[in-house]
Amino acid sequence: MLGLGADRLRADMNRLLAFLFHQGVLDEQFLQLQQLQDESSPNFVSEVVNIYFHESEKLLRNLRGLVLEREFSDYKKMGIHLNQLIGSSSSIGAKRLTNICVAFRAASDQNNPTACLRALELLEHEYCYLKNKLHEFFQIEQQRVMAAGVRYPIQN
Amino acid sequence: MGLAPESQFHVLAVDDNLIDRKVIERLLKTSSYQVTTVDSAGKALEFLGLLEDDHINPNPPPVSPNNHQEVEVNLIITDYCMPGMTGYDLLKKIKESSSLRNIPVVIMSSENVPSRINRCLEEGAEEFFLKPVSLSDVNKLKPHMMKTKDKNHQNPENQEASKQPEEQPTQQEVQKQQQQQSNNNKRKTMEAEDLSPDRTRPRLNGLTVV
Repeated sequence: MLGLGADRLRADMNRLLAFLFHQGVLDEQFLQLQQLQDESSPNFVSEVVNIYFHESEKLLRNLRGLVLEREFSDYKKMGIHLNQLIGSSSSIGAKRLTNICVAFRAASDQNNPTACLRALELLEHEYCYLKNKLHEFFQIEQQRVMAAGVRYPIQN
Repeated sequence: MGLAPESQFHVLAVDDNLIDRKVIERLLKTSSYQVTTVDSAGKALEFLGLLEDDHINPNPPPVSPNNHQEVEVNLIITDYCMPGMTGYDLLKKIKESSSLRNIPVVIMSSENVPSRINRCLEEGAEEFFLKPVSLSDVNKLKPHMMKTKDKNHQNPENQEASKQPEEQPTQQEVQKQQQQQSNNNKRKTMEAEDLSPDRTRPRLNGLTVV
């Protein structure tokens, strides 16, 4: 009966993934990362995603500082941070967040402070959502691994 | 798939983005390549042992022209947009170097700019991958590495019947093939056609979880 809990958790993971795909939050690049996970690198996805969170939070803090600057907004710097964020977000398959960043970048290219502020708010909101959902995903994955009594995720 | 007895291929990956470095490293390791990652073009040149002298002096000493190079690199894959020296600059430096010009170079970029792509190909890049890079992209690297290995070691052509059904193409043939291939090919052709959305990526309705 050991497998039963693991199967149910696996179904939960799949359901969550399907939901996130349906919402457009994630795209196939996330699946590509899953495919790269194996016995030799069993925690690859969560490791990369955790690095992503760490790096992104730095960028978000910088962006917030730049957008909220009263006197003179350094749009060029904003663009540089956004390029970094766009790159890493698309590399992990965070489609919706990537798109928000692209729109943000357009606003900063136009030197539009109102649009930048709005984009920042959207971005921060999306980031929180993404982080929560991915944490949930990895939590279920951990539980499933323990329930299945194996040391590494099973390749499909 | 077993490794050929001669050796593993060694790829040098250059990208200023940490996430991208992690992903490309994993992609390459999954494909059984040895990988070294660096975060700038400058560090790449350092790693390749390309000193200023090498560039100024077009005629290397007759004895061991590769004495500057400490490790063998079979392919360089680099991001285009990097602060300071870009991937394009790196490509040029490598092609200008007598000791390094035979190493195949592949460029990656998150932006689909046909003029940029053409410029890189004209400068001697073997491939241009749009990010995010996938396994199907990495599968295209082997023929380029095999070509160089054969040239260096004069081995008979390795007939590996797996992901690459085509024979080792020349650069012109590669460009022709690009125009013919429509599936999972993110490279832009000279005519800068629209990308085919068709990729051999897992479909959403077949979602599985590892």
